[in-house]
Amino acid sequence: MLISRLPRLLAVLLTGVGMSVAGLIMQQLCMNKFVSPTTGATLSSAQLGILIALVFMPRSTLWSRAAFAFAAALAGTCAFVWFIQRIKYKDAAMTPLVGMMFGNVIGGATSFLAYRYGMTQALSSWLSGHFALVIRGRYEIVYLVLPLIAIAFVFANHFNIVGMGKDFSRNLGVNYNFILFGGLAISAAITASVVVVVGSVPYIGLIVPNIVSMFRGDKIRGSLTDTALCGAIFTLACDLIGRVVIAPYELPVELIIGILGSVAFVALLIRRLKHGRKHIALGRSSRVRAAAGGIQ
Amino acid sequence: MRADSLTKRYDGKTVVDAVSFEIPKGKITSFIGPNGAGKSTVMGILSRLIARDGGEVSFKGKDVTGWKSGELAKRLAILTQTNNIQMKLTVWELVSFGRFPYSGSRLTEQDARAVNQAIEYMELADMSDSFIDELSGGQRQRAYIAMVIAQDTEYVLLDEPTNNLDVYHASNMMRIIRRLCDELGKTVILVLHEINYAAFYSDFICAFADGKIAAFGTVKEVINAKTLSNLYGVDFEILDVNGKPLSIYY
Repeated sequence: MLISRLPRLLAVLLTGVGMSVAGLIMQQLCMNKFVSPTTGATLSSAQLGILIALVFMPRSTLWSRAAFAFAAALAGTCAFVWFIQRIKYKDAAMTPLVGMMFGNVIGGATSFLAYRYGMTQALSSWLSGHFALVIRGRYEIVYLVLPLIAIAFVFANHFNIVGMGKDFSRNLGVNYNFILFGGLAISAAITASVVVVVGSVPYIGLIVPNIVSMFRGDKIRGSLTDTALCGAIFTLACDLIGRVVIAPYELPVELIIGILGSVAFVALLIRRLKHGRKHIALGRSSRVRAAAGGIQ
Repeated sequence: MRADSLTKRYDGKTVVDAVSFEIPKGKITSFIGPNGAGKSTVMGILSRLIARDGGEVSFKGKDVTGWKSGELAKRLAILTQTNNIQMKLTVWELVSFGRFPYSGSRLTEQDARAVNQAIEYMELADMSDSFIDELSGGQRQRAYIAMVIAQDTEYVLLDEPTNNLDVYHASNMMRIIRRLCDELGKTVILVLHEINYAAFYSDFICAFADGKIAAFGTVKEVINAKTLSNLYGVDFEILDVNGKPLSIYY
């Protein structure tokens, strides 16, 4: 019970909470509803980080792997954010596509490296997320999610202001680059601590914050707890489905989340694009950046 | 506020060329001039949003870049024209950001009062719980001005506040700006494209051409056919309407 059941439950809940909050922060900072750990190269970079740790430090502990994952996730996310800020797209839907391609390029590099060093099998446990291996002694890192979320809550208004743009932040005396980097670092750290324990858990960070913001708006202070709770419930539900469908065996949670998540993602894409087109048709976007940063 | 030989270059091209002037306190000063004359860039430099390549901006006896950003935000507010509102925030939430320089994330009762007052001043009280992306262009612009009022600064810089507004909302906006100066005692600096708005609602005009100041003075001194024709390269005719110069151009 204390060895595997409780740790598993906690890991499931913290994964849901962590990934959805990481997604919320990234969406707000980048002013784009389609940016998330999945569509922003954070997940795939974290995996690359773990592999590098496995290859070059064969006896690395879970903590040092987490550190590598964090460093790589932060570097990958920052590179991606820098890239999308340079190139102002007309269409917000371009951003997740670029992010996914970016992520796949990193994923390709990871696979190549794994193949080269005969690590393909070791890597596969971090490539697909599942809770089956969560037992006492090798999941505690995921607790890191809690203090990180506490920090995120304290800086919630800062993230909102930075999301309103550089000039807007500067006017209110908020250090744009510092907060942007700090926020991305928190997202990367949350992602890394989840990936190192359960593997990649896609889509939660994309879907959950979007659904919550439809009801609660975008003020992070107001939506952070709701986002966290919804993320936890969603992940728990997916885990249950995975365990019930082919009992007594179980499907990896990534599969269930992937199926539900990708359907929800497409639905979201269609909804946002419709909404966005209408927005543009109303004629607000004629000048400068209005159409760029993202729709809605 | 005084600017001394401000210079800004982009890719080797000088867009602001050794510009010096002093902003009269407690008055409305409008920057006018053709596109690319450097008006917005100068305003960006005044408000430390744009880094300058030369010169200095002295604000209350200290260079703007020497101020702590948070302290400056209590004395000077800037509203640029590139506000993309893609966030689902209510009017109240947006306006409350104006109190950020004072209280950070923790709004005091006094802050809440300032926010409510700003919202009432802008006649947005019945919309304070609406999301800004559901408002019309004119209402949204007023919400931003309400935020600037909540920020409670002595100096207010607005870059093309009438942009994208129809005649009704634009003239409304100009009257509001006039009241900011007359009733709340603020020093206002505007970038305006519409010469007649500048002539009717401001006290001083600063005309820019090719990154230099072509003329700076009271409305009467600057708004005349000769100066404006030289400035824009178009024929001007100036009529007197209620003691104010109305420009006709075609």
